[in-house]
Parts: sequence; structure tokens; C-alpha cells
Amino acid sequence: MSTNLALSVRGLSKSFPGVKALDTVSIDFLEGEVHALIGENGAGKSTLIKCIAGAQAPDEGSIVVGGTAYKALDPQLAARLGIAVIYQEFTLVPSLSVAENVFLCRKTSPSFIVDAKARQAKAAEIFRQLKVDLDPARPVRELSPAYQQIVEIAKAVSREVKVLIMDEPTAPLTTSEVEMLFGVVRDLQAKGVTIIYISHRLEELFEIADRATVMRDGAYVATKLISETSRGELIELMAGRKLGETYPERRSTLGNEALRVEDLSGNGVEHISFSLRRGEILGFAGLVGAGRTELMQVIYGAAPSSGGAVYLNGEKVRVRRPSDAIRLGIGLIPEDRKGLGLFLGKSIAWNTVINAIKSISRGWLVDRKREGEIAQEYRERFSIKTPSLEQMTGNLSGGNQQKVVIAKTLAANSRVIIFDEPTRGIDVGAKHEIYRLMNQLAEEGHAIIIVSSEMPELLGMCDRIIVIAEGRKTGELMKAEFDQTAILDLASRGRHSTLASA
Amino acid sequence: MNALVFYKKYGIFLILLLVVAFFAVFASNFLSIDNLLNVLRQVSMFGIVVVGVTFVMIGGGADLSVGGQMAVSGMVAGILMAKAGMPILPTMLICMALTTLFGALNGLISVKLNIFSMIVTLGTMLILQGLAFVITGGYPIFGLPKDFTFLGQGYVGIVPVPVILFVIVSAIAWFVLSKTYFGRYVYAMGGNPEAARLAGVNVERMRVALFAICSFVTSIASLIMLSRTNSAQPSAGASYPFDCMTAAVLGGISFAGGEGTIGGAVVGVLIIGVLNNGLLLMGVDSNWQGVIKGIVLVTAVGIDSVQRKAKRVKAAEA
Repeated sequence: MSTNLALSVRGLSKSFPGVKALDTVSIDFLEGEVHALIGENGAGKSTLIKCIAGAQAPDEGSIVVGGTAYKALDPQLAARLGIAVIYQEFTLVPSLSVAENVFLCRKTSPSFIVDAKARQAKAAEIFRQLKVDLDPARPVRELSPAYQQIVEIAKAVSREVKVLIMDEPTAPLTTSEVEMLFGVVRDLQAKGVTIIYISHRLEELFEIADRATVMRDGAYVATKLISETSRGELIELMAGRKLGETYPERRSTLGNEALRVEDLSGNGVEHISFSLRRGEILGFAGLVGAGRTELMQVIYGAAPSSGGAVYLNGEKVRVRRPSDAIRLGIGLIPEDRKGLGLFLGKSIAWNTVINAIKSISRGWLVDRKREGEIAQEYRERFSIKTPSLEQMTGNLSGGNQQKVVIAKTLAANSRVIIFDEPTRGIDVGAKHEIYRLMNQLAEEGHAIIIVSSEMPELLGMCDRIIVIAEGRKTGELMKAEFDQTAILDLASRGRHSTLASA
Repeated sequence: MNALVFYKKYGIFLILLLVVAFFAVFASNFLSIDNLLNVLRQVSMFGIVVVGVTFVMIGGGADLSVGGQMAVSGMVAGILMAKAGMPILPTMLICMALTTLFGALNGLISVKLNIFSMIVTLGTMLILQGLAFVITGGYPIFGLPKDFTFLGQGYVGIVPVPVILFVIVSAIAWFVLSKTYFGRYVYAMGGNPEAARLAGVNVERMRVALFAICSFVTSIASLIMLSRTNSAQPSAGASYPFDCMTAAVLGGISFAGGEGTIGGAVVGVLIIGVLNNGLLLMGVDSNWQGVIKGIVLVTAVGIDSVQRKAKRVKAAEA
């Protein structure tokens, strides 16, 4: 690792409506180093990467490459400057060969006509340099994710990459494939390439990284030399925010068991067991992609289960499709409220009753009067701000849209309600209204599950928190045990981790 | 209510009014009771099929095989009545049942094999249209029982029977789509199939049902056509698939699903009927009909699309 600067960001800021994704971030990346970028969900890592790769333009600050400061980059400029990104979703064309993908849309010979042989030879040369055994003629769709990733790296190398950004590269890999990847990374490093490495797997960083920068809530926290720090210290830095917000008070009186899940598997999660009582708010913490939404989809019948059982009020139930869940009194407020929770072209009243439409119909005929009454009831109860119940939900603000989704679920008599990212993209005022609503529902005896990536929200609202990592339950904390660092630690326990899971 | 909202709700009626007014002025005899009833009778068969296709389209699908269904249903009825001497009523029931089952098949293939319904029904359309010719080697079937002509050529008072059937079918369809929970499910699955699934709609079962419904009404139309022409023609309904979708789109039904009303579809049918009739009365070369229909369609859909875009832009700026 040299001391020359490969790339720097200085005072980078970026805001989106309602959230400051980057707050005056300054980081130096050195030539030939493997520099890890770590932080919780929403810490700002993705936004930072996108600015460096030219996929987004920052609002303020600059990106310094080769001595020149740029106010913003675009993808072509970033490519010319030697910056390449490998996202989690590969950008390969499955039907084309390896060589064709490596040189996608680029000329490998001076003439008009593609010289397939020359292209293959050039690709073979790159693989030889990377010390990887791969036939350039094979179609990419035949390759495992590990080798597809190698192709992505080769693509970058063919463009003479100087700064290679890798976003969660080891997520789809087996242990031995990880070793292969590390070999390639070290090789690139030796050639002077800077690797910016985003990962939640802290154990890996201690194997491959030289330095690590911690980000939190869009801001830079610290940069540490891997050799001089520990997993515990990094986690503390990632989590250690001061909890400023206050959450509404609640007197929780817990009733009987409402929901019990035993050894449930399916949709990517395995062997999950937990139980939930009336009046309780249970939180699910974990990193993005850990499997929390997937678990809720299985419980709701939106995805098939491959094993295990679900009990409602002590009785075993089969939830094979969402209509079963609705009938049994399980409700889901989906993560994607606009795409999955509402019919944007339909009115508030229409949306409010659709889950329960059969129950307000006499035979086939919909009771419009009842529809109006129910919609009005929820409009008052939830203070949904709208001039009319006939207003299209597509025209409502995020907060009001969420209220309609909640009303929709309650109108169908849900007793167990699952909230998936309940306050994402909602302004502060509406957020608090929704928190108060959730408390009210719990006090009325509903059983509530909150899946959230906002740690403060979970800590402030829940009676208990279960942590999910890579499809498995890694821990469960009671309110008295709530601790940001502990939760983040449990959330970061990968399957290949040598640490024992809870 | 601003101009755009007004157009969205009533635009299609305006176009109908415009077209009627145009022909009232330029076509001799257009506004006579006789002629208007004529127009209605001529669109009745077509209109009934459009009602069926509308159900499928609002639910987010498409059925190109309606023409083929009409042809085969007619041929089967023709054989049963003319060649096998089966009485009228059982024949009609058998044809309707068979066609409805076929519709369910369209739906099942689309759902189980997860193929877009337009592709599936393109295939079944070709199969059926071919079958209709195979059945008699391309020859029409004559010799239908005399009593059968009442269906297509009879009157109740001054109103032709087909028109009565069209009105009944449309009324029932309107009722189901706008007043029942079934109708809401159709709009839900057409507007956002995934959200509909999460809201408890059995989207797969509904899809099969919608195709069955479409085929059921198509069989009614085919029997009317059989009665009107007093023969079973293997080419019956050949132009229907595209004409039906044209009328539906003209009437405000979106290909994307989730939008449109039976009222709109009926108006779309009427516009096409008026256009056909008016141009004929004016002595316009029948080849121009296609050109003019196309222009009317593109204009109507174009205005709708522009108005939609304006609404989206406004919402984004909000």
C-alpha cells in the first residue's frame, strides 16, 4: 500500500427529498489499498459509491482524481478516469460469451468487423494475469456467480481500472470461492489498483482489507487501519449514535399468545421460530437483504413455505395464499406501499375496503354505504388529510398513503399486523402519527410486528427485537437488553462466520 | 372541473355526438328511426363480443381468439342442427358450454404456463380459425331450422332481437363490473396484479373466469350471427379480434388493464357502428372505412394519452 492518493472525496453532500444521504463526507483512498467502506443500512455507502462512479451528482463537494477536482462525474468520465464499479446485480449479458461480455460494446480490433479470435485472445490474457482458469468462449449464463463476478472484474481490468469499487462481492459466494476472489483482489492490489470494498461481513475485512472507513447516517465517522482495530470497535463506531428522538409512551399489557412460528423455512429463510403476544410490538432487525421481508411474505402466504408451522391463538393454521392470511386476521403493510399496498388509480374509499370487500357485500353486491362509513371512520381515526374520500390514493402524500394502507388492513379485521418499513420516506410529523397509531393498536390488543432498517425506530417502539442475518435468526433481545452495538453485531453474523449464532 | 378531467369522463360521448352530428348533416336518411335501429342491430353481435373482451382487458389480458371461437361455435351449431337434426335449444346450450370451456382453457394455459394471454390467444385463434375450415373443408353449412331465424332476424315490437340481447348483456356486464365485489377484483388485478394478490384476490382463478366469461358471451354472439346469416360460415368473426379491441380502446379501456367501463366500451362500439353506417350512406368506398376508423382511433387514444401525461407531470411537480 503506497501513500499516493488514488482518489479523494472532499466535503461531499447529497440530499434527497426528506433525507440527507451524504453530509460533508471527506475520505482519501490510496493507491493499491483495499479500503473497506462499512456502516449500517442507510449510512450513505451506496450514495457515496454512486457519486464516485458518476451515477449520481453530489449537491456539494468534489471528487478529486489525478490531481483534478470534479464537481460531479458521469459514467463515461468515471470510466475514462479509471473508475469501475461492480454492483451486487451483475451487468452481464447471459446469452453472450465471457469474452463478448468482457469487451461489451468496445472494439477489440481497428476494423468495422468484429474479430472474435482477437477478442478471445485478449480476454484469455486478462484471465491469465488474474491467475484464473476460465474459458473465454463459454456463455456467461453457464457460470456460477463467483465466476460471473470474475468476468465483471475482468471487464474492469480491460478498461485499465485504477479504482475498483465492489459492492458486497462475497454475498453470493461459497467459502472457497471467496478465497479465489481474495486472490484476484490481492493480485490487483499488487498492480497498484485501489479497491473500495463494501461489505457487512466484518470477519472478511480482517482478511483482505488494509483500512476501513465507517459511515453513519450519511456522515463520515472514522478511518481505521485494520491492523490496529477490532471487530468490536468497528461495530461500536457504526452504531454509536446518540438517540435523540423520543418515541410515544405506551403502557404495554401483554395478553395471550397471538402468533407462534415454529421452525419456519421458505423464500430464502430457514428455521425461524418466535412467538408474539397480544399487545406486544416485536421488532425485526437486520441488514438489507437479511430475509426479514421474505420471512413476513411466508407468514402472510405471499410466498410458499418449505417447512415448519404457524400457529394463531394456539391453533395450527395453513397460510397458503394472502386470502388465507386475511381471513385468519393477519395483515401486512408492505415495504413497497405504492407498488404493493395500494391501487394508486383508485380512491381512498375503494382502497380502504378492498381487502375486506366480500364482507361488506350482500351476496355479490357491494354495499357502497358501508364502504363510505368505513372509509370515513378511518379517515377520522387516522386523520387522513384529504378533501374527499374519492381522492385517488396516487395523489396523497407518503404519510397519508401509509395511513390508507393501515386502514385497509384494519378494515379487514387484522389482529396480527406486520409493518414492513412503516415510516420509510415519510416526513417527521407523519412518522410520529404512525408511531402513535401503532401504540394505540397495541394497546387495543393487536399483535404488532415491525420490520425496520431504522435502528432508533426499533429501539424506541418495540418490546422485543429479533435479529435476522442471512435468512436465519441470530438473536433475540428483551427491552432491557436493547443495545445498538449488540444488535448490529448479531445482524452482521454471516453464515460463514466462525462466531456462534444465538 | 377543468377541461382535461371533463374529457376523461365524457370525452368519448363527445366524439360519439360529433360523429352522429356529422352524419346527420352529410348522410341522407341517417337520423331515421329505421336507420338508427339498423345501426344498432348491426353492432349488436359485435358489441356483445366487445363486452366480453372488455372484461378480459380490464383484468389485464387480451383475447384474440374470439373470432375463431365464433367460427367454430357456429360450425358446431350448424352441424348439430342442420346435419344431425338436433333441436335448437339443446344445440345452443351445447355450443355455449363448449365455447365457455374453451375460454377457460385459454385462461388455464395463460396462467399455468405463465404466458401472456395475447400470445396464448394468438395461438388458439390460429388453431380455431383453421379448425373451422377443416370441419367442412371450407364450405358453409346451410339448412338451419326455420325457427332459429328468430334469434338473429326477429323483432320484439320494433326492436330487433339482437339489440335486445346486446342491451341485456351490456346491462348485466355493467352491473357486475361496477356494483359487485367481483367487478372490483377485475379492476384490482388489472390495475396492479401483485397488490391484488396481496389484497386477497385469487388472481389465477379470476383470470380463468374472465376468459370463460368472454367466451360465453362470444358464443351468444356467434349464435346470433348464425341466425342472421342463416348459415354457418367458417370465416365468421374473422375481423373481430382487432375490431373488438379497437372499439374497447376507443371506449377508454386500457391495454394495461385496470381502467375503463362497459359504458365506454358500448360507446366505442356505437362510434364504430355509426362510422360504418354513415360512410355507407354517404356512398364512401368501403376501403376508406378502415382508414377513417384508424384515424378516429389514433386521435381518440392520442388525446387520452396526452391528457394522461399532463396529469402525471402535474402530479410529479406537486
